[in-house]
Amino acid sequence: MMDGSKGFEDELTGEQKIRNFNINFGPQHPAAHGVLRMVLELDGEIVERADPHIGLLHRGTEKLMESRTYLQSLPYFDRLDYVCPMNQEHAWCLAIENLTGTEIPRRGSLIRVLFSEIGRILNHILNITTQAMDVGALTPPLWGFEEREKLMVFYERACGARLHANYFRPGGVHLDLPIELIDDIDRWADDYPRVIKDLDGLLTENRIFKQRNADIGIVTEQDILDWGFSGVMVRGSGLAWDLRRAQPYECYDEFEFGIPVGKNGDCYDRYLCRMQEMRESLKIIKQACEKLRAPDGQGDVLARGKLTPPKRGDMKTSMEALIHHFKLYSEGFHVPAGETYAAIEAPKGEFGVYLVSDGSNKPYRAKIRAPGYLHLQAMDHVAGGHQLADVAAIIGTMDVVFGEIDR
Amino acid sequence: MSETLNELGAHIEAKRPDCVLSWAVARGELTVEAPPNAILALVEFLKTNARCNFSSLVDITAVDHPGRAARFDVVYHFLSMYQNHRIRVKCAVREDETIASVTGVHLSAGWFEREVYDMFGILFTGHADLRRLLTDYGFRGHPLRKDFPTTGYTEVRYDEAQKRVVYEPVKLVQEYRQFDFMSPWEGAEYTLPGDDKEAAK
Repeated sequence: MMDGSKGFEDELTGEQKIRNFNINFGPQHPAAHGVLRMVLELDGEIVERADPHIGLLHRGTEKLMESRTYLQSLPYFDRLDYVCPMNQEHAWCLAIENLTGTEIPRRGSLIRVLFSEIGRILNHILNITTQAMDVGALTPPLWGFEEREKLMVFYERACGARLHANYFRPGGVHLDLPIELIDDIDRWADDYPRVIKDLDGLLTENRIFKQRNADIGIVTEQDILDWGFSGVMVRGSGLAWDLRRAQPYECYDEFEFGIPVGKNGDCYDRYLCRMQEMRESLKIIKQACEKLRAPDGQGDVLARGKLTPPKRGDMKTSMEALIHHFKLYSEGFHVPAGETYAAIEAPKGEFGVYLVSDGSNKPYRAKIRAPGYLHLQAMDHVAGGHQLADVAAIIGTMDVVFGEIDR
Repeated sequence: MSETLNELGAHIEAKRPDCVLSWAVARGELTVEAPPNAILALVEFLKTNARCNFSSLVDITAVDHPGRAARFDVVYHFLSMYQNHRIRVKCAVREDETIASVTGVHLSAGWFEREVYDMFGILFTGHADLRRLLTDYGFRGHPLRKDFPTTGYTEVRYDEAQKRVVYEPVKLVQEYRQFDFMSPWEGAEYTLPGDDKEAAK
């Protein structure tokens, strides 16, 4: 018997023993968005307690980074939140630049903003469409992934890899963009509102979608503070908190964009926020393309110096440049001793890196602060009292990816 | 930015001198060092004081310094969404010492403290559910300590004969590669070939 009784006592005593039912949600459940094992205690169909067991995708990134140089650690960041790789790299680069006091050239900064916003759209497409699939819609992922494919081609044209980019480097970005790529991104940004409209038509007023999401998983302001939420989990509840505005990094302060906020803080409002954020990201992309074509947006993409490789041409003629190149890619650069915390507004919320350097070529300690970690932690609080079926909808709008949670 | 942080640091020290060992502003970030027995009082003060108003906990982590008497630094990051500032609180803890859990003040500390316990073996008193979090069920050791090898001690594989996953001691087919990039005159920690003859004389 599943509940541990022998199964025949009921007839003898005439009483029924009722006990809460424990269920394992995952780790292979498609709506668990990866490898989440969650032990749910159910009273009928109502969730009494949720205990997420994480760590099934733990790779020891932080430990590995301690024995690798700063540049070798960079690709690990692509593998954290593999839905929007470049945004993670950004935090690592900012932390190193903060400790070394590097100013990055304007063109590098613009390209970073451009690709951060592409990453945001990549993430939101995946989240919106797969969350819709969790609550029963099949078409959105099919339509949305086509656009993700186009965006990953932009990734590939910029850095050669569709997913694990390794493109943002301390001091700028690895390579300059070809002018055709900027034109193509611009053209894509003109076309994309059509796809948003399609998704909007499929979901926003869809009766089933609304029934499954409206009034589900309501997050209040007190919850946000207690559980340390960030990103859309905050904005869906009506707080206009966005690090791009509140604590501007890179050159976000020269862009015009709005910060959409929700009203009720339920799953449906978070969905609406994400949809609107994609439209705002498109505005930033358009502006970034504009600025990259303007005369003051030209120039080098890397701050040439100790952190970055010399130009290819210099290496052919200068012995020092050749030595520098060799030392940079073998020993790596040294970062002055100190500690810093660099945070960015990743698509999922505040992604931060706490970096402790001892002055050598390897990070002494790097702590990765992932937004999804705190969101998933509150699962017991948010999902408690909901139906079992709502758990899938809540996990979906919490936007958890196990690459970053388990590290 | 750093002026307001300087004022804030002075404010915290003036209000709670018992909780602050020292404070400094570096690179636009405020760091406060606190004694481990005062951490709970300080965190509560930071949250409730209107001037500080550090409403959300951003992160708790630790740093291992095996050479120091107080081996670990437990590092807290707080953010105020209302005042728009951040603070870092550091607490030096000995290996045989425990530190108070802040789960009573910030609910979100739960998993962070479990992770620090898992990775460093620091015990938090007053934590309701101090289980391991990220490592395997039944895992031994604390991986982020500096004396824990990167390869670990055990490895798993599926055994075709027993039809289950088995745990075995790590067998490396080649030595774990740790390159020494320091040039000899930058302070190498080994004796250069030939130098030993000089010592023998």
